[in-house]
Amino acid sequence: MLHVNNLTAAIAGKQILKGFDLDVDAGEVHAIMGPNGSGKSTFAHALAGRDGYEIDGVATLDGVDLLDLEPEARAAAGVFVGFQYPVEIPGVNNMYFLRTALNSVRRARGDTEIGARDFLALANEAMELVEMKQDFLDRPVNAGFSGGEKKRNEILQMAIMQPRLAVLDETDSGLDIDALRVIASGVNELRSPERSVIMITHYQRLLDYIQPDFVHVLVDGRIVESGDHTLALHLEDHGYGDFVNHDLDDAAERPLTGATS
Amino acid sequence: MTTTEQVPERSASESTRTIEELTESDYEFGFSTDLDTDIAPPGLDESVVRLISSKKDEPEWLLEWRLKAYEAWQAMDEPDWAKLDIAPIDYQAISYWAAPKQKPVLDSMDDVDPDIRDMFDKLGIPLHEQKMLSNVAVDAIVDSVSVTTTFKKTLLEAGVIFCSFSEAVHDYPDLVREHLGSVVPVRDNSFAALNSAVFSDGSFCYIPKGVRCPMELSTYFRINSMNTGQFERTLIVAEDDSHVSYLEGCTAPQRDENQLHAAVVELVAKDRAEIKYSTVQNWYPGDENGVGGIYNFVTKRGRAHTDAKISWTQVETGSAITWKYPSVILQGDRSIGEFYSVALSSKRQQADTGTKMIHIGKDTTSSIISKGISAGHGQNTYRGLVKVLRSAENARNYTQCDSLLLGKECGAHTIPYIEVKNPSAQIEHEASTSTVGEDQLYYCRQRGMTEEDAMSMIVNGFCREVFNELPMEFAVEAQRLLSVSLEGSVG
Repeated sequence: MLHVNNLTAAIAGKQILKGFDLDVDAGEVHAIMGPNGSGKSTFAHALAGRDGYEIDGVATLDGVDLLDLEPEARAAAGVFVGFQYPVEIPGVNNMYFLRTALNSVRRARGDTEIGARDFLALANEAMELVEMKQDFLDRPVNAGFSGGEKKRNEILQMAIMQPRLAVLDETDSGLDIDALRVIASGVNELRSPERSVIMITHYQRLLDYIQPDFVHVLVDGRIVESGDHTLALHLEDHGYGDFVNHDLDDAAERPLTGATS
Repeated sequence: MTTTEQVPERSASESTRTIEELTESDYEFGFSTDLDTDIAPPGLDESVVRLISSKKDEPEWLLEWRLKAYEAWQAMDEPDWAKLDIAPIDYQAISYWAAPKQKPVLDSMDDVDPDIRDMFDKLGIPLHEQKMLSNVAVDAIVDSVSVTTTFKKTLLEAGVIFCSFSEAVHDYPDLVREHLGSVVPVRDNSFAALNSAVFSDGSFCYIPKGVRCPMELSTYFRINSMNTGQFERTLIVAEDDSHVSYLEGCTAPQRDENQLHAAVVELVAKDRAEIKYSTVQNWYPGDENGVGGIYNFVTKRGRAHTDAKISWTQVETGSAITWKYPSVILQGDRSIGEFYSVALSSKRQQADTGTKMIHIGKDTTSSIISKGISAGHGQNTYRGLVKVLRSAENARNYTQCDSLLLGKECGAHTIPYIEVKNPSAQIEHEASTSTVGEDQLYYCRQRGMTEEDAMSMIVNGFCREVFNELPMEFAVEAQRLLSVSLEGSVG
């Protein structure tokens, strides 16, 4: 389904991904783990099509070349990224945002748009999944949300968009244990033979709740080790030290210049 | 793989370019209509003032009033304190009278010149009563004169007078004479003085005691002729315990010359009356090189008596230059003044706009919500005065000025003036400046929206508090207009 081969990404002259290979089949859940600055988030942005990166290599979803597409076309092709830092959009009602997003994708796929009433039914169902109250829909997108609410909102969006491939970037960061449980059960509900999930995380903790089929270790822009979920347990005990070369420089993921909120 | 030293710079300029593309738009009302027009030769002297007055068959007192204004105007200089770069105005190159030739008396809509009716249809303002929004009465003004007013009879049954200014002068001379110039004196500023001398038409509206106006009233202004100025005058008088909501809209054809629009609006809200005045201003803004466009120099002011409330809401997307400060004199105790504004400056547009809240009565309250959007090479200035006189015990003001910058060549400026002479006053001022972040656009695009849709959604979200103040039908229109102004797509 997702095929990534020799993917490279650079920003501001700095090479971040240095030949990234990954194949994900339909229905699989993969975890990508790695130390700070190894290129985890860059991988998510490279798939989503964020501006500012110099990208080379291959990334296809169901045979469609993603790298040639605008971000919105990648979304229509089925790519969804749950962001580590979801942005706030003051004044824009969450429900309106979600419906516009869904209808944009439906339009791009040649489907009919969904009306307000049907959407509300859909949204209510999705909200149960992440245990959100009705007023959540009436608030501005992420504005004034707590960290946990923002992350839940990402999963809510995933539930509504029903993507082919969901890339969840540090969805567990900054969550207390209850919120983590809610989000994990939401993601588990959304697992399906038709859908693949890539979870990007620092910690094993999330993987106690969402058991991945495969775990990959990303170090310095390359996947250096792959295995089943026991690999994550090994990392938990031993850290990344086994995989990190001592001559590595500070291939840090830098924030994009000019990105403001 | 190319070398990457240039990448961040290129990506930044690409983003800027995208925003520029998104904010360049075609003006959808730029067409002109070939109307048979009665137009005076350019130039201004006393004889022109007399000509206008005689064309309108005005009483002697009004001619005298105009002549005094003309005399005052000659001695006055244009205000130069605004942050505006205005090319000198050649008042002798302007024609001060232009009127579409048509049957002088109109009893029903079917008598409106079909060309004019078509023009308004094209603008989305049907003048057939059966086609109109049933709860909105329209006074349609082309160049210097009112061509028709709809729903006049329905309104009269409720006691509400809504007609062109010229008709009011003939039919309700006492009401006009009592209030004309009572809120904006002739000598207020040179544009107001000029308007007083040469105003051609406008709307008049009178709500009697205790009446809640049964429908929204609106005036639609259209400049059509070349080289003409538009000088309309609006007067709204709301008697004790009455209520009215009024909206004005304006467009003009796309022309290479600047055209002058100098209007005066006076509102009188008597005891416990409420006037809600909304403007959606979309005069031709000029092109991206700053050629053409309307000079929108407008004086708007209301006087609120005891327990009265005046609320201004404006959505200013058009005009090459906007100089406009809708104000409230809070004269009566416990009176309330409100100002809600969205001003967009893109291309080479300049806007210096805001409000004045003059607190005179006790326990008076004012609130100001201003949203400025700058794009392209636009310059947007909020300028507002909050003045609390010694008499205004316990006055309160809340001001919030937010500026949104789209792109790197534009500017946003906030210039508040606060003058307080009574120590019991409570004044709050908040201001913010932000940009539409690339990360906001990216977030929306990752969710499948096009960049245009995302931009329009974010900007509309920024303006939400102000749009909420508009009557429903017009909020939708304002939102659409803003999107069109930003998107480059003609709706």
